[in-house]
Amino acid sequence: MKGQIIVETEDLTKKYGPRTAVDHLNIKIEEGEVFGFLGPNGAGKTTTLLMFLGLTEPTSGKAKVIGFDPTREPFKVKERVGYLPENIGFYDDMDARQNLRYIARLNRIPEEVTEKRIDYWLEKVGLSEESTKKVGTYSKGMRQRLGIAEVLIKEPKLVFLDEPTIGLDPDGTNRMLDLIHSLSREKNITLFLSSHLLDQVQRICDRVGIMINGNLVAIGPIEELAKKKLGLDQQDYTLEEIYMKYFKEA
Amino acid sequence: MYGILTIFRKEMGDHFNSLRFLLISALIVMVGVIITSMVGMAIQEELKGMAKPSLIFLLLFTSTGKLFSFVQFIGFFGPLLGIFLGFDSINRERVSRTLSKLVSQPIFRDSIINAKFLSGVAIIAIILIATVLLISGLGIRLVGVVPGVEEVSRLVIYVVISLLYISFWLGISILFSVIFRSAATSALASLAIWIFFSFFVSLGASVLSDAVAPISQTASGVDAEMLIRHERIQRLTSLVSPMTLYSEATTTILDPMRKTTRTLVLMGPLERFSMSRFQSPLPLLESIFIVIPHIISIVAITLLCFGICYLVFMRQEIRTV
Ligand SMILES: Nc1ncnc2c1ncn2[C@@H]1O[C@H](COP(=O)(O)OP(=O)(O)OP(=O)(O)O)[C@@H](O)[C@H]1O
Ligand SMILES: [Mg+2]
Repeated sequence: MKGQIIVETEDLTKKYGPRTAVDHLNIKIEEGEVFGFLGPNGAGKTTTLLMFLGLTEPTSGKAKVIGFDPTREPFKVKERVGYLPENIGFYDDMDARQNLRYIARLNRIPEEVTEKRIDYWLEKVGLSEESTKKVGTYSKGMRQRLGIAEVLIKEPKLVFLDEPTIGLDPDGTNRMLDLIHSLSREKNITLFLSSHLLDQVQRICDRVGIMINGNLVAIGPIEELAKKKLGLDQQDYTLEEIYMKYFKEA
Repeated sequence: MYGILTIFRKEMGDHFNSLRFLLISALIVMVGVIITSMVGMAIQEELKGMAKPSLIFLLLFTSTGKLFSFVQFIGFFGPLLGIFLGFDSINRERVSRTLSKLVSQPIFRDSIINAKFLSGVAIIAIILIATVLLISGLGIRLVGVVPGVEEVSRLVIYVVISLLYISFWLGISILFSVIFRSAATSALASLAIWIFFSFFVSLGASVLSDAVAPISQTASGVDAEMLIRHERIQRLTSLVSPMTLYSEATTTILDPMRKTTRTLVLMGPLERFSMSRFQSPLPLLESIFIVIPHIISIVAITLLCFGICYLVFMRQEIRTV
């Protein structure tokens, strides 16, 4: 446990008509941790992230992100938080640099530092070579990398990543996971990522939360959940076993 | 403000790089040049050996020549220009999924729509001003008259009114680009509104006035009271249409021989008499007074349409899927 609470919710609920997408969610994320947000399709993960950014209004309950209420002060939240949407889009007729430059401008990053940061993050995600190609010609994985560069270029304190490694090749995935890991270790950036790739989550996350049908059925460090679900003696557990147990019970 | 400026800059760049902008400008310039040379030559022909009448310069824009006048062309094509520039402005970003990215940046959501609208207005202004300058230049060479202060002022007012009017159509098409996900649907919806106002409003106006105040042919001739009421109703109803507002405003400004926007029937006999007696142009100031209500109405409907657009956009949830 590292310190201050950076994301906190209180009975956060979102209903779409009769359907409850997120049901009385109570969650606390601490500064600097890597939190994995798991759950089957349609569990409400994306909806939760949208509420954290003030992109959709909760039906009831409250959220606090970096000390601000995203419904009332979305601007303050967006200034400090990076968000990689599920399916990120780009201006296909511009190249990677132009796309990054536009985002940098929208984030009021001074022009003098922008170019340096663009170089730095393109290098980090492994796109330096292709940086002058039109994004329309990019492969799925290259787009995903560019998306991550776009999120990080504003150097946020807290990053929400919706399925960040989707579409990446094995090598790309490993590099991405290392990058995410180092962000948290070296720059004390808090990472909140939703993913279906459990072995990856197991590798990098300090804690996980499992959401099923809008309900958070489990939350905690992976070892703790393993002890709870698989018994104390189990040494060789995988996150997948734990997840499947929760999934079957729900 | 900062957000608006950044998006505005990007949008302007997009417009200038787009094939669409190139085609529209090429079309307008081409038509402008053709019309002007034809009208210019006709004027030259007619004026041989005659003293030059006043405000001849404006004839370049208003006289129809063999086809149609430049003013008529803009009256017809202007709405289409506004629609072309706006019909995919929001839904394009929605489909390419850049909208969800944009709204998660630290900008106010309304700056997206403001910037898109303003950049469209700027493009329209550029096209209009450039074309009017081009025609004036050509006209000065062909006809050999230099416009006076009054003609220039009238042209400036004409450009402003046209800018407002085309911006209204831009607003309509941006509204539909917010409502409909598909660019084709939004273009069709805008065109439907255009057709409605172009044809059905005037039709509706005459149907309504016929119903409320039918003109009956009696032995003693037409009932004058009834005729006036009939005309009045028809006129008021057609004023609902931005087309009517625009064409009345521009003809008053550019054609100062017309002293009123009313039709002949509605004028008193003395008025008609004095009109035929003193065929001198209406002073600029009075032309302006006549069109001020029109301008206010055009601004009002533009703002109304923009306001609706705003409300719809601010309340939309922007999902990534
Ligand atoms: N605009 C909407 N209208 C109605 N229902 C919606 C809307 N958006 C989301 N939902 C519903 O809310 C539920 C949660 O969706 P959400 O996108 O949060 O799931 P998710 O956990 O991100 O799933 P996945 O793993 O597939 O990305 C789903 O059942 C979905 O159908
Ligand atoms: Mg999702």
